[in-house]
Amino acid sequence: MWSRIYALLIKEFLNLLKDKKSRFVLIGPPIFQLFVFGYAATYDLNQVPIAIYNEDTSIASRDLIAKFNGTPTFKEVLRISYHEQIAPALDNKDVLMVVHIGQHFSRDLLLAQHPAKVQILLDGRNSNTAQIALGYAQTVLSDFNIQWAKQHKLSLPPAKLEVRAWFNPNLESRWFIVPGIVGLLTLVVTVIVTALSVAREREQGTFDQLLVTPLSPLEILIGKAIPGLVIGVIESSFIILMAVLWFKVPLVGSLVPLYIGIILFVFAVIGIGLMISSLAVTQQQGLLGAFLFIVPAVILSGYATPIANMPPLVQDLTLINPLRYFLIILRGVFLEGLSVSQLLDQYWPMLLIGILNLGMAGWLFRRRMY
Amino acid sequence: MSHSSAEAIFALELQAVNKQFSSGSRSVNALRSVSLTIDKGAVVGLVGPDGAGKTTLLRLTAGLLLPDTGTITVFGHNCTDQLADVHRLIGYMPQRFGLYEDLSVAENLKLYADLHGVSHSVREQRFQALMSMTGLAAFTERLAGQLSGGMKQKLGLACTLLSQPALLLLDEPSVGVDPVSRRELWSIIEHQVKANDMTVLLSTAYLDEAERCSDVILLDEGHILAHNSPAAFKQSMQGQSYRLSSPSLSNRNLQNKLSGQSDVIDAVIQGDKVRVISANKDLATLPLFNAEFEGIRIEATAPRLEDAFIALLRAQHPLTATQAISPNVKTTTVINDATVIKVEGVDRWFGNFQAVKKLNFSVNRGEIFGLLGANGAGKTTTFRMLCGLLPVSNGQLSVAGVDLSKAAAKARARIGYMSQKFSLYEHLSVLQNLNFFSSAYGLRNAQRKNRIQWALQQFELEAEKNTNSGDLPLGYKQRLAMACALMHEPEILFLDEPTSGVDPLARREFWNRTNQLAASGVTVLVTTHFMEEAEYCDRLLIMREGDILTSGTPAEIKQQVRSVDLPEPTMEDAFIQLVEAKIS
Amino acid sequence: MNHPNKEKYMRLQGLIIKEFLQIRRDPSSLGIAFAMPVFLLLLFGYGVSLDAKHVPVGIVLEKISPEARSFSAAFEHSEYFVSIHFANMKLAQQALEARKISAIIRLRSNFNRQLYSHESAPIQVIVDGVDANTARLISGYIQGTWNQWLIQFAAQRGISLTQPIMLEQRIWYNSAVRSRNFLVPGLIAVIMTLIGALLTALVMAREWERGTLEALIATPVSVTEILLGKLIPYYLLGMGGMLLSIAMAVFLFQVPLLGSLWVLLITGTLFMLVALGMGLVISIAAKNQFVAGQIAIIITFLPAFIMSGFIFDIDSMPPAIQSITYLIAARYFVAILQTVFLAGNVWGIIIPNALALLFMALFFFALALRRMPRRLE
Repeated sequence: MWSRIYALLIKEFLNLLKDKKSRFVLIGPPIFQLFVFGYAATYDLNQVPIAIYNEDTSIASRDLIAKFNGTPTFKEVLRISYHEQIAPALDNKDVLMVVHIGQHFSRDLLLAQHPAKVQILLDGRNSNTAQIALGYAQTVLSDFNIQWAKQHKLSLPPAKLEVRAWFNPNLESRWFIVPGIVGLLTLVVTVIVTALSVAREREQGTFDQLLVTPLSPLEILIGKAIPGLVIGVIESSFIILMAVLWFKVPLVGSLVPLYIGIILFVFAVIGIGLMISSLAVTQQQGLLGAFLFIVPAVILSGYATPIANMPPLVQDLTLINPLRYFLIILRGVFLEGLSVSQLLDQYWPMLLIGILNLGMAGWLFRRRMY
Repeated sequence: MSHSSAEAIFALELQAVNKQFSSGSRSVNALRSVSLTIDKGAVVGLVGPDGAGKTTLLRLTAGLLLPDTGTITVFGHNCTDQLADVHRLIGYMPQRFGLYEDLSVAENLKLYADLHGVSHSVREQRFQALMSMTGLAAFTERLAGQLSGGMKQKLGLACTLLSQPALLLLDEPSVGVDPVSRRELWSIIEHQVKANDMTVLLSTAYLDEAERCSDVILLDEGHILAHNSPAAFKQSMQGQSYRLSSPSLSNRNLQNKLSGQSDVIDAVIQGDKVRVISANKDLATLPLFNAEFEGIRIEATAPRLEDAFIALLRAQHPLTATQAISPNVKTTTVINDATVIKVEGVDRWFGNFQAVKKLNFSVNRGEIFGLLGANGAGKTTTFRMLCGLLPVSNGQLSVAGVDLSKAAAKARARIGYMSQKFSLYEHLSVLQNLNFFSSAYGLRNAQRKNRIQWALQQFELEAEKNTNSGDLPLGYKQRLAMACALMHEPEILFLDEPTSGVDPLARREFWNRTNQLAASGVTVLVTTHFMEEAEYCDRLLIMREGDILTSGTPAEIKQQVRSVDLPEPTMEDAFIQLVEAKIS
Repeated sequence: MNHPNKEKYMRLQGLIIKEFLQIRRDPSSLGIAFAMPVFLLLLFGYGVSLDAKHVPVGIVLEKISPEARSFSAAFEHSEYFVSIHFANMKLAQQALEARKISAIIRLRSNFNRQLYSHESAPIQVIVDGVDANTARLISGYIQGTWNQWLIQFAAQRGISLTQPIMLEQRIWYNSAVRSRNFLVPGLIAVIMTLIGALLTALVMAREWERGTLEALIATPVSVTEILLGKLIPYYLLGMGGMLLSIAMAVFLFQVPLLGSLWVLLITGTLFMLVALGMGLVISIAAKNQFVAGQIAIIITFLPAFIMSGFIFDIDSMPPAIQSITYLIAARYFVAILQTVFLAGNVWGIIIPNALALLFMALFFFALALRRMPRRLE
């Protein structure tokens, strides 16, 4: 049995790697996606264009403006001199935010009777960006407040917040996104490889040729599953390497919990790929099936948006998504350094999903043999 | 119609046309300084081995390719710069008929009527005429993809005929089409030529079809080897065609012995006789008939176009040793009565459709057993059930003494299967394919090495062993597919249309090998649309609508249609008469 | 044969009818054109949200006092938080590691004493930084809640709260800061890319693969007619998909449409033409469904998703990536969509972006027309 499976594996790998097209699918899109996602997919704000409308010409207001310009988050691209300029600047997306310092600013500040007002006007079309920019602006202002209070010996507020972020002290989106890409690309490549493998053989007529040999359905299934497993593991190893060496994401934990996760995840995904495979007659159907699975699996995994923000029903739905667990493992090992015992709750659902999927795939395979 | 320009004398004229293709580092001269003319109203057949340049010539004429050098004119219009005029004059049916499979018959017709600008006033009348001529009238709402191979081709032809083109270009219109549909295709073409003054250029692998043409062009490796009328071709072979039979030798043995002889250009089985083309004018006087051929009967016979074709091509491509005869063939005929395939009351349903109805037959060891039938008669379904690719709905099926429903894997180890698509792993080399299939059949170490060596040698694949199988010419693919099916020395070999689209030379080579296998005791089950190939079988089964129409030896089947009008029916005559008799 | 224009019209009509029949018969085309938009809209409309609500926070009060109670009550009453009390820091940390809570707020045992001293009493806040975006939103919410509590606390005790500057925020266009309001309009660009580029690339490549194009170009049909025959049906299909998406956005997801539908339809037409042109160019280059599908996803669908400003802010991307986004048609259309929906007909946005789309459409059509083979070579 094993020598036959070995022959199947050799054939499968040769067939995948000798063909320019399938080699391209394994190498081209993942690298492209790695870079696009790694660089483009970020929620961090960087050099966001802002406009300053300063009606007060005091040192204090200039200090404040300098504080805004001093952060890498904002970049002043426009100086506004009268009120009518505000609307077009925001409307036309020339700036995301307008900082308006009124003419009584320095007077109010020095009198200290009531707080001096700084108005922040934001383009809320992308509400997420707007909220984050507002958060940054808030920080700039409270820094200024504390400094001002100290300089002018004013009494400090009775309490203050000391905010610290664990696992990602500088709150870099990339640390969150890049380990996620490991899961995303492993998912895509593994599903595509397994989902199209039977359809391709059906189209070429070689599947019949396989079926007339003494190979059993189980052997064929194993012969199709192992290449997916090997390629999935290699692909994720490569991206992990890139994440650490190129994107400089810290890998705090050890490789053991990581690789247990990778193998279980690929195992679960192969089952889905093979299910699609046994149902698809043509490669186009296989591709469509893969697409129909991959898109919701990614969106409902917590890859880009938190599961906690979803409606409760949708949250329950994510429990059957293996990517959900794998992403927790990836980020947990990368950033938090979680150990095997801390991740057991993530391992067993994937194992269960994998066993169910492969069982299903085996059943479908037998039924759809003819 | 005023489509020909005044000075045009010829329907088609090629002057010193050269065409080269390059794929990777290899470049192929598809056509080398080809010049020819075709008269208006002629029906010209284009024949030649695979890769001779037939399709290239048709595509150049249709303006789909540009010649490297030389000029092509259609009714005086240059194919290079007067493409729009040329397209108005021609109807072109590519090899893969170009139908939209997800459109119905009527929708396909309507589309082509629109594309050719057939006005609405004449459209309806033409639709009806073509539909009744093709027998598709009852199927106008059916999707083209659900038609049988024969009906697809007829629909493809109908679509090209809608515009009543002045020049009809058909690329292998009858590949994969059963004899009845083939005959219908021809009657449509002939009717159109007469009724609409059409000129036809068609390529074909069937030489009996080419015989119906007014002119035949024989292409080989991009050259025109000959361009003549079929009568002239046959005339050149006068006195070289014979039929031989021997009381002491079976026809298969006789053929085997004859095809090794130096003065014999060709020897093929034809019913209970062997048809021979002699290199010299008088076969009987040749010294080759020694004691072995005791009591041989030689009769002269009228030459066929195929004789001339083989003779001309053999002069270009002499036989190699392995093609001629295999040294280790057992000369004793191993026909023992052991039944190796037994089919009892087998049914197969697809939903409400019964593809195979209560089928009963058996095949003996060492037989070559032919399964014939029109497209859609249930051959393929039967075949797939025998190979274990499809379960039976009812009934019993045993192959090599094993009940397929119980121990399919055990039975599969003892059968070889070659599909009509020559299904190979295209991206794997010849050697990698052989390696894989031998391992899949459980061969190991020395045994595997020996069989691979055997395959490379026996099928002359040594030189191409590192070529990807997808890049091989069709004839080589067929050889490799057969080698893969034989790696484990199966007792039974299933061949599904093994020669579809393959040229006569490669077909001969293929049948030589099959005969040798049968002689060594391998049982062969074969389906084919070539009725002359049916003659090579020991026994035949003709199916129709899932039923057995008739079965028996080729001679017995031909006997059924023998009459005063038809004293010596061919297998094709017999097939068509039997199938049509059942319809009426 | 005497009316070349009539024949031209007949040929084009034949091709268009053919295409519609094929779309109707092919479940995967219909799937991409109608099921996929609905599916994506529902998925994004309901499944994707960047608005954190009911965030679980752990509160550790090391010494219970009325002040500490009033502080934790501020969190209990906020709709942003679900507060969970922990007896000590260790338990809270374990809960954070186990992802049961997203942040810890700790009032030390000396909180009360420091509150009335000259120094500000430090309140320790730890957020789970793994998801940086959410962490930032959560710390913003915590800050806001703290601020409110501070003002309330000062007012109750008659303490003048020295706050030199007060921030006054105004969020324009999407004042409810609902992420759905910008995700759903942006998604329309993604859906139209899918219909336009992916579907066109696939169906054109299919004609190559099945050999039907060989029969087609041997007829009197011209290249322009073949291209138009593909373009018109898929344009209509794409606009259908767009109207469906707009209807779902407005009626199902309650996204305000401040600008005019006409502006959307006209700019949508331009964008559709770009997508179709790209689809045609891809299929002419690939001639094979598998490769065409891959290329279409990589160079049209994924960039429309990631690099169009649909979710991620373009201004924050590295300069090299920013310059690539100028080549992505979806970028221009996403800007128009988000503006017309949320800000109204702002011509300063609409006109330059529409011009960019027009330019791209012309470019891809010229390319398709040039590269579309008149012969098999």
